[in-house]
Amino acid sequence: MMDGELTGSIKQAARPATFPDGTSYTSLSVTDTSRIGRTLGETSRAIEIAALEAGIVPERYARNLKTLSTHNQVTLLESTVAIVGLGGLGGGVVEMLARIGIGTLILIDGDQFEDSNLNRQFLSSHQGLATSKAEAARDRVHRINASVSTECRSEFFTARNAAELLKGTQIVVDCLDNLPARFDLEEAAKAEGIPMVSAAVAGNAGHITTIFPEDIGLRLIYGEPGSMAPKGAETALGTLVPAVTLLASLECSEVVKILLNQGKLLRNRLLAIDLADHTYEVMDLR
Amino acid sequence: MPHIQLKLFATLTRYAPKKAEQFPIEAGTSIETLVRELEIPVEMVKLIFINGRKGLMTSSLEGGERVGLFPPVGGG
Repeated sequence: MMDGELTGSIKQAARPATFPDGTSYTSLSVTDTSRIGRTLGETSRAIEIAALEAGIVPERYARNLKTLSTHNQVTLLESTVAIVGLGGLGGGVVEMLARIGIGTLILIDGDQFEDSNLNRQFLSSHQGLATSKAEAARDRVHRINASVSTECRSEFFTARNAAELLKGTQIVVDCLDNLPARFDLEEAAKAEGIPMVSAAVAGNAGHITTIFPEDIGLRLIYGEPGSMAPKGAETALGTLVPAVTLLASLECSEVVKILLNQGKLLRNRLLAIDLADHTYEVMDLR
Repeated sequence: MPHIQLKLFATLTRYAPKKAEQFPIEAGTSIETLVRELEIPVEMVKLIFINGRKGLMTSSLEGGERVGLFPPVGGG
């Protein structure tokens, strides 16, 4: 297929539109994106990238703009992010990264849904009890955004399968629920030379940080691995949906900033929150 | 008497004194002394913040500081 044919089809289908602030743009609908993709044997993502490069806004991302530029949107569509753990944190992260338009998501969790997940895990449902979390994540992504590719890995992350699971990803999002696995993930991310965004929750409280390969990382928060019990205060307090979803949201914000090389990251810093009394404070870990 | 602003997170909140916002201390007291005074088991305190920076059990307080104490938190 010629590039000209692709761009020609996109331009033919594109329509004038207006942002809420009154500025005008040229828009490509979700329906036309899918139709052109089918006709030309291209993915929706390829159509969207070609449209953005021609200055045409896929309407699906219209409200990402102009906080993001069309160039930023292309960068996100060409990015790969791995999400390890698809529970409370992971379910929120998957939902948000699919909507903002990260092109490829690697979805890693060997677990199945159980009754006690329903209080907070967006991917869980009454009908989906005892089914795979990774498959639920894949299905959810495809229902939200057909332009996002998924790699569905229904297996638990361990130090042994780490390198294989993280292959090709640019960032890993730590959505795990125990401390030893978090340290294993950090080690694997460092070995792969990729940044890790890590959040943890107990009750109404939690914290989030961003760790680049050369940073000290989790030791600044938890001390040496093996110096503590595998679980923390969450065993006593449970995990409430407002706190876990807020931290998932903060993880996504860090992921997007890393990919776009924008804003100020939480490297060597910890954002600690407590929804009970509205504590939101960034602490220096060094 | 000098005071500190004390913030206890997660499972430590149950040890919060009545006037945590303005908790009286003796100048020069260490975090460890503070933790023991609050009857918090020392091993429960994983992270110590003093005025937004990481502190130690041996760090001393003069008054006027904001002190945050965290247990290990790992849920998701």
